[in-house]
Amino acid sequence: MQELITRAKELLENGTVARVLGWKAGDLPYNPEPAYFTNAEELKDFVYNGFCGANLSKYMIEASKLEGKTLVCLKPCDTYSFNQLLKEHRVDREKAYIVGVGCKGKLNIEKVKSFGIKGIESVFGAEMTDNADTLTFQTIYGEKTCSYAEAMLERCHVCKGKEHVIYDELIGESKDTKDAERFAEVEKIEAMSPEEKFAFFQKELSKCIRCNACRNVCPACSCRKCVFDSTKFDSAQKANVDSFEEKMFHIIRAFHVAGRCTDCGECSRVCPQGIPLHLFNRKFIKDINELYGEFQAGADAETKGPLTNFTFDDAEPSIVANR
Amino acid sequence: MSIKNEEFRPKIVAFCCNWCSYAGADLAGSSRLAYPADVKIIRVPCSCRVNPMFILRAFEKGADGVILCGCHPGDCHYSTGNYYARRRMTLLFSMLDYIGVENGRTRVEWVSAAEGVKFSQTMNEFVEKIRSLGENVRLGDLRCKN
Repeated sequence: MQELITRAKELLENGTVARVLGWKAGDLPYNPEPAYFTNAEELKDFVYNGFCGANLSKYMIEASKLEGKTLVCLKPCDTYSFNQLLKEHRVDREKAYIVGVGCKGKLNIEKVKSFGIKGIESVFGAEMTDNADTLTFQTIYGEKTCSYAEAMLERCHVCKGKEHVIYDELIGESKDTKDAERFAEVEKIEAMSPEEKFAFFQKELSKCIRCNACRNVCPACSCRKCVFDSTKFDSAQKANVDSFEEKMFHIIRAFHVAGRCTDCGECSRVCPQGIPLHLFNRKFIKDINELYGEFQAGADAETKGPLTNFTFDDAEPSIVANR
Repeated sequence: MSIKNEEFRPKIVAFCCNWCSYAGADLAGSSRLAYPADVKIIRVPCSCRVNPMFILRAFEKGADGVILCGCHPGDCHYSTGNYYARRRMTLLFSMLDYIGVENGRTRVEWVSAAEGVKFSQTMNEFVEKIRSLGENVRLGDLRCKN
């Protein structure tokens, strides 16, 4: 982290970049928030630790409209999102100075709380300097520890890899965190009977409060006019919302990013109700891989996406019923 | 009070492309080929015009089955529209299956302007299928019932 701050100061001073986009300490030890820094004085609030899960690539859409370059800190998985935005001409590569930051897996505070660790005053072991094995919490009830790997976000267990696909320079070490099969959860649901599937998804989706956090945080959801904001469409009215949330909203949301979703897992991370939204996106990714060949959105900035492309002998939709 | 003992009449929405399937339906009509009146045809410029939301919306508003008809692959009036529609619908149907909507409530069929017989056969088959599946209770919105 110190290396990152030193380098950021250097680049700010020699005028290479006009601002730094990173994370600053929040009011609690585990909630850093995305922030801009414009001078060395402000950079003293800069943090980069295991709780910095936010994907900063979407902020580059707005930052691309500003004067001068923006130094943006991107984790390996965030660089996929940046590439995808670049492909869609939503960000300007010339306006970004990408510092690829190392990643040892990001933490999910909800998981920590589920271990019974509450009233946290300070955290040790989440800094990116150590080997990220154990977390030690100083709580109002005394000192508590838990395993780093167990407190990680779901997305880090199925990590795409710690290679940055686009960057100007790299700072910091990474540690491989993949320890689960990416499509295991999806396969589990696919094996259920229609009644079980329906019951499972209704149970999850009825928790939705339509806060739109999943939409707003998603780097692939960057349309200036969103279908969900339309006043002509019933979704904008509260009275019509309940069944809409359960039956349409999440399918449409996932469909709109199908073929463009890099599986960055931000939707599941920000959901205040803890809905496993990645299950929708990942189902589309799995289908695309199976039907139209392996595809990783954001792996490069040139390849055509699977839904803006076709071949003459694609599978017919009836394949779904015959599977 | 009389006891109603009506047989189940499904509501079926058929999205037909203007250039092939709609003309195919027309041919079925002018050739006097019968197909159930439960099928309500909505004409679209191209099968590719059908947004996944159209289909979800039809279900929400009370449709029991939705069928999309377009030109045969390779015959699209706009050259490639139905190729895109094919990929989209495959993914959407797979997703509907994944969230637990019965397989068979949705279907895609390629019907050319010369295939009046195929149109009527397809519709007869599809209506039969939906009759056997019964009313759509999963995706429908209760308040849309009449």
